[in-house]
Order: sequence, then structure tokens, then C-alpha cells
Amino acid sequence: MLNLILIGFVASLLAPFIYKKTRNYFGWIAASFPLYMFISFFLKYNEIASGSVIKEATEWIPSLDINFSFLLDGLSLTFVLIITLIGTAVFLYAGSYMKDYEHTGRFYLYIGVFMTSMIGLVLSDNMITLFVFWELTSISSYLLIGFDHHKESSRKSALQALLVTGGGGLTLMAGLILLSQISGSFEISALYDMHDTIVGSNLYPGIVILVLLGAFTKSAQFPFHFWLPNAMEAPTPVSAYLHSATMVKAGIYLIARLNHAIGGTELWQDTILVAGTITMFIAALLAFKQTDLKKLLAYSTLSVLGTLTMLLGIGSNLAIKAFFIFLVAHSLYKGTLFLVAGTLDHETGTRNVSMLGGLKKYLPVTMTAALLASFSMMGIIPLVGFIGKETVYSAILEVDYFRFFLLALAVISNAFVVMVTILVGLKPFFGQLLPTPKSPHEAPVKMLIGPIALASFGLLSGLFPNVFIQKLLDQSTISILAEELGITVKLWHGFNFVLLLSFVTLLSGIGLYYFRKQIVQALDNISLSNFLKPSFWYERILNGTLSFAKAQTKILQNGYLRYYIIFIILTTLCLAGYTLFRISGISSLEINTELTIYELIIGIIIIASTILVITSDSRLKAIVALGVVGFAMGIIFILYSAPDLALTTFAIETLTVILFVLVLYKLPKYLKFSKPGSKIRDAIISGSVGIFMMLVVLLVTAGEMQSDLKKYFAEASLPEGKGRNIVNVILVDFRAIDTLGEITVLAVAAIGVYALLKLRLKEEDQ
Amino acid sequence: MFSVILSTASRYLLPLMLIFSFFLLLRGHNEPGGGFVGGLVAAAAYALYLIANGVDEAKKLLKAEPIQLMALGLLLAVISAFISVINGQDFMTGVWAKNEFPVIGKVGTPPLFDLGVYFLVLGIVLKIVFSLAEEDK
Repeated sequence: MLNLILIGFVASLLAPFIYKKTRNYFGWIAASFPLYMFISFFLKYNEIASGSVIKEATEWIPSLDINFSFLLDGLSLTFVLIITLIGTAVFLYAGSYMKDYEHTGRFYLYIGVFMTSMIGLVLSDNMITLFVFWELTSISSYLLIGFDHHKESSRKSALQALLVTGGGGLTLMAGLILLSQISGSFEISALYDMHDTIVGSNLYPGIVILVLLGAFTKSAQFPFHFWLPNAMEAPTPVSAYLHSATMVKAGIYLIARLNHAIGGTELWQDTILVAGTITMFIAALLAFKQTDLKKLLAYSTLSVLGTLTMLLGIGSNLAIKAFFIFLVAHSLYKGTLFLVAGTLDHETGTRNVSMLGGLKKYLPVTMTAALLASFSMMGIIPLVGFIGKETVYSAILEVDYFRFFLLALAVISNAFVVMVTILVGLKPFFGQLLPTPKSPHEAPVKMLIGPIALASFGLLSGLFPNVFIQKLLDQSTISILAEELGITVKLWHGFNFVLLLSFVTLLSGIGLYYFRKQIVQALDNISLSNFLKPSFWYERILNGTLSFAKAQTKILQNGYLRYYIIFIILTTLCLAGYTLFRISGISSLEINTELTIYELIIGIIIIASTILVITSDSRLKAIVALGVVGFAMGIIFILYSAPDLALTTFAIETLTVILFVLVLYKLPKYLKFSKPGSKIRDAIISGSVGIFMMLVVLLVTAGEMQSDLKKYFAEASLPEGKGRNIVNVILVDFRAIDTLGEITVLAVAAIGVYALLKLRLKEEDQ
Repeated sequence: MFSVILSTASRYLLPLMLIFSFFLLLRGHNEPGGGFVGGLVAAAAYALYLIANGVDEAKKLLKAEPIQLMALGLLLAVISAFISVINGQDFMTGVWAKNEFPVIGKVGTPPLFDLGVYFLVLGIVLKIVFSLAEEDK
């Protein structure tokens, strides 16, 4: 599996180069790659369906228990098959759709990286690897939403999606790390036996909140739902793939994956249930006013994501079954409808539903796909969406509390979804022909295969559910609930209450469609307060962060070197000084008052030149005096037999003086001296730094440190480092990696100095 | 403020100081010295030459760009770190030649690393000194 993922990344990297050579038929080449993945995983179908679990691990950082370990079971196989199947359709579709874009090669790079990371995400058995893939999907989503980067709205939406999902990614990481603290391992499969330990732990509520924040942001659950409709700025293939079928399901996947390890508690189930229900309902209501094809689909996707989350929250056997069927059904029909929306946009020039109508003559094939998908989405027999909706209702009927309240919400939401479907999937094709910006014509074959294939899958899995869904369903429920349910999936359950509900849903949906205009007008009069909109809070927080950053930059990095230094020194002083006073007994320090005559003389020289430095009225004098201080320090090093240090100090001091001299004649003469106020401030700061450093040195030298290092280096230097100069052997051998880091920093600093000295802003930039 | 004495002296001092800096580099492994201080001394030698003869002369004498010296230094250090990897050992394990060479002494990756430090420090100091000394264009 690792090989497949590596192949995926390499192939994505090569895509732009291959695209240049094979522009016209690149769609076929690109689609062969997800198809290859699909087939490779499909070959494992029987093995997985018969109940075995394939595990694979390659060491990455074994010392930290971070490995490329992969797990293929019913749940991950289902997701992988969805990802690769819809990937095939979308890649082929994009071959035509993206033709007129610039940088189409780059598009394939991004979407290829996305698909590979998404596969990696659902296969990962290691939390850290999962997190890495999770973030990779966020990043590739960012690049894809912002693909039309010359549009400001694209950039803004991309950033919004990245901030929301990326922020959630961070909380997810925190949650996973806490989780590993309890289980002692990053392997997800290791969690399965530890359910009671995890749930009983003090950290458990924290874990649940952090993990769910990650999942909810990724799957656009309320109150983080606002990024998904905005993400519709992306080219349509991206919306079809990332923002309806795959990436937004990553959060739901995570909840399902961790369910049997950390689920089952009231906290977990209720949070998921409430968030899911709110999302389902609110998104359906918000969809109502939209007129843009893609926005309509986005809100209905949100509603479905909410339903899926709600089902996981209910958590009963039937709910998990409904979750699974609904997941598959939704991926198939929503992927199709998005592609159809893209085709309509591409072939007629508009995405506004009020401008589309009567196109059945012009786009017959597209219409077939659209109809199949729409009927599935509305839950009409015999499509898979029908089974999905039936099972959802039966699952809700089993809930102990608020059964009818939930049921009512679900029926209303679904009625709205039915209305959306009529708007998106039926209205453009029937009724009166409306004039469109481009004269409509059927889409090229590359843009037909995908939607038709996906829609037919929806029909087939509705007609033959035991062939297409049954086996994987069994295995997936084991992954989620850790028990086999042995339920069968049937298309027809006879005339019962649930069927009646389906019927009611359908009728109310049609009713909503016919009275849409009147209702929209009525709704226009009600304006929601901004405080109720999560997107308003997002804007607030973002702008607040930006202005805070600006304000603190103005104070802390105001362009005056002296203030930079003051801030750095004061921070160090406060933090280290506090620790110093708290931990160590300052009072117990003894100062060695024995002085040799040499030390005394050096001391006097240092003090005298320091006084000269601070009182001199010329720069040259001050610099020379500073040099004297430095050399005196070097002599102290010699007195205490540290010739290496002394040698370096002398060289540095010499060069410093030279550098100063070079700068000096470029500077103006002293014009004004510091005011008495700032002199006192500087005196206090530098005085306390001096005292602080003295205390630190006294403290460090007070007791013989309990360390074997000294002995070790002294003994190992010659035999292992082949040198007698311990200091140098440490620098270039024992701790050479530190030195390597330091010299790299030095090189960067030198380039920085060069940039500072040589940067001349052009006239217009000043 | 051109000084004939300083200019003449610097011509003789420069090679002497360079030899001294190299001496510091080589003896570093057993006696006080090493790549860092060696590089500083070498840089001081060029800085002296620069003060006596001007920045253009100094640049002409150096031939290479200081930034190339920095790159060379980093490259040598990194190469020395990877030799052991090629050898199948852990990253940055010291690899030594069996025989000692005259003058240079023992040959191995740590002295190579030190040589890298030497060039890097020389490059950095000269980059800063040259940047400061150059007239603004």
C-alpha cells in the first residue's frame, strides 16, 4: 500500500510535464491512474469481504513509534473505492473541463496529490501518519479552491477553508497525542482493546473535544459549515471530488474509525448527534434561497454530511447501516450532480438555475445522468438513495429520546433536499427553453462517461444491493462497532410507516418547489442578526488577529534596534530571572573573595574601560574602549586556562573593531545624547542584566556539576575522536550536528546582513 | 588615507597570516586552534589588506566571491557528514584514513568538517566586511 501511495505522489509530480506533451488526450492518461488504483484495491475486495484485515507497516521513525502502517478493512476499503472510483470519473471529466484554463498541468498535480493523500488518510493505521495525510488534504484543497488565484474571492475562500480545516487539524493532532499518552502507542489498531481505559481516563473529555473539533471542521459541521459553500469558488471537478465526495467525508471517516475505541459514551454520542442534527437542518434551510447550481449542491451536501454525523451519533446497529448506505449513495449521486452542474455551466455559460430550462433536447446524455442521480438523491425507488433514506428513517425511529422531534427535522431537511434536487437536476432540462449566454450543446464524451458511470452505479447498487453493498457493509460495521450485525440490505420492505415517510418527504419537496417563489419572498423580509452567523465570528476573529498582529508589530518591531534589544533582554530577564529565584537558593551563594594580582589588574582595566565606553563623547573612543574590555576578557580566559576561547575572543575582538571602523565613517557625528530619562532606564536595564548574568555564573560554578560528560569527553576524545583538543573534537565530531546547524545559521545571518545593507527600495516602493 | 607603509606591510602580512590561519586550522585537532578561529584569522588578513589597499584590490586578490566561499564551506561540512552514510554507517560518524600524512596529520571526516567551518567563517566575515566597505552605488 505504501508503494501505491508513493507511486501516487510521483505520478502527481510528473503530471505537469506529461500534460505539456499530451494536452489533448491527457484526460484519458490521468484517469487511468485512479482507475489503476481502483482496480488494485478492488482485487482485494473478496479477501476483505470474507472478513480478513490486511495490515502493512514500514518503519519511518520507529524510535517515536511513527510508522507508515496501513490497515485495509471494510471501512477503509469502502472509502478507498469511493475515492478512486469518483477520482476516475473526475480526472477524465477534468480533461475536457479544464482545457481552457491556464496551468492545467498544475491542476492535475494538486488533485493527484489530494487523491493520494486522501487514500493515505483512510488507510493509515498510525495517528501521526494519518495526521500528515489529513493536513496534506487540507493543503491540496487550499491550492485547488484558490486555483483561480487571480480572483480575490477565490483566494479568500481558499484561505478560509485552510484556516478552518487547518485549525481543526491542529486540535486533532493535540487530541491524538493525548490519546497516545493513554494507549502508549500511535497505532490506531492498538486502541481497540483499550476502550475502557481510555473512556475512564481524566483526559477523555479533552480528547473527545479536540478530536471532534478536527472532525467537525473538516466535515463542515455546524458551526464550522460556512467554509464549504465558499469553497465552491473552486473549478467544478474539484467541488465534485473534494467538497462533496471525499475530503469533507474525512471528518466523518475519522469519527467512524475511532468510534469503537473512544465512542459509546454520552459525551461522544450526544455531541455528534447534536452537531449533526443542527447541520442537517440549518444547511437544508440555507439551501432554500440559493440560485447558483453549485451553492445549492453545496448546502445539500452539508445537510447530508449532517445526516451522516447524526447517524454516527445515534450509533445503533441500524444507524450504522444507514450511515454506510447513505454514504455510498451520496458519493455516487452528488458526484454525478456536481459534474452535471459543471457541464451545464460549461455548455450554456451560466450556473444560475433561474436562467436554465428546457435543455433536454440539447443535452440528452447529461440529462440521463442527471435524472438517475436526482431520483437517487430524492430517494425514489429503485435507486440506492431510496434504500439510504428508508434506513435513515428506520434508524431514527429506534432512538429512545426525542424520536419524533428528530424524525420531523429529518423529514423537513430531506424535503428541502428534494426541492434542491428538482431545481438542480430536473428544472434545467424540462419546461420552457430559456435563452443562455452560450448556445447549448451536448458535452464532449470525456465529460459524459464519468457522470453516466457514477449514476449507473447508483442504479445498480439500488437494484442489487446484496451484490454491491452487503459484503462491505458487514465488514465496515465491524470496523465501526466491533461487532458483526448480519443485517441484510433489501430494496423493498413492503408498505410500512417508513415508506409513508418517504412519500411525505417527496410530496413536501415538490410542494416546496412549487411555492418556492412565495416562500423566498417571505424569507427576504426576515434578516438574521449577524451575531447568529458563524461566518461573522470567523471574520471577526480573523480581522482581530490581523489588527492585533499589526499593533504588536508596531510596538515590538518598530524599526529601532535599541528597542528590539531591550525587548529581547527584558524577556530573557523576566523568564530566566523568575526561574532563577524560584528554583535556586540565591542566598546560599558564596562569593570567592580570593584574588590574584593579575585578576585584580584585569578587573580594574575592565571597569575603567567600561566607564569610558558609557561616558565617551565620540564613537571611536567608545569602540576602542569596548575592544579593551574584550581583550581583557580574553586574558581572563587565558588565566583560567581556556586557550581556545581566548584565541577566538581575540580574533573576534579584532574583527569587531575593524567592522566598527568600517561602519563608523558612514555615520553622522553624535548630534544628541540620550535624555536623562532614557539614560536612567538604560542604566536600570543593563544593570539588572549584569547582576543577573553574575548570579547565573555564580550559580553555575557554585557546585561541582554531577555530570559524566566531562569525564566521558576527556577519555573518549583521543581514542574515538582522534584528537587531543577536547573542545575541538566536541565541535567537529561529537557534537558536529550542532555545529552544522550553527554554521548554517551563520551563513543565513550573513546573507541577512548583506540584504539589510544592500537593499535599496525602488522609488515607487518607498 | 592611503599609507605606503601599511600597504607594503599588508602585502607581506597577508600570506603570513594566511599560513598562520591554516596552521591554526590544522593543529586544531590536538592543540588550541580550529576551523573557526582559523577562518577568523584568515578573514582578518584580508580585512587588513582591505584597509590598506581598498575594497576593490581586496576583492581582486580574493578572486572568489565570499558567498561562494560560504557555499563551499557548507558543502564540505555536509559532504563530510554524508561520507559515513555512503559507508553504511550512521549519519555523521567519523571516518578516518588508516595512515597519517605528513604536515596534515590524520585525515578523516572531522578535519574535513573543520575545513568547511574554516571556509564558511572566512566567507561570512568577508561578505560582511566587503558589504560594509563598498561604496554605495
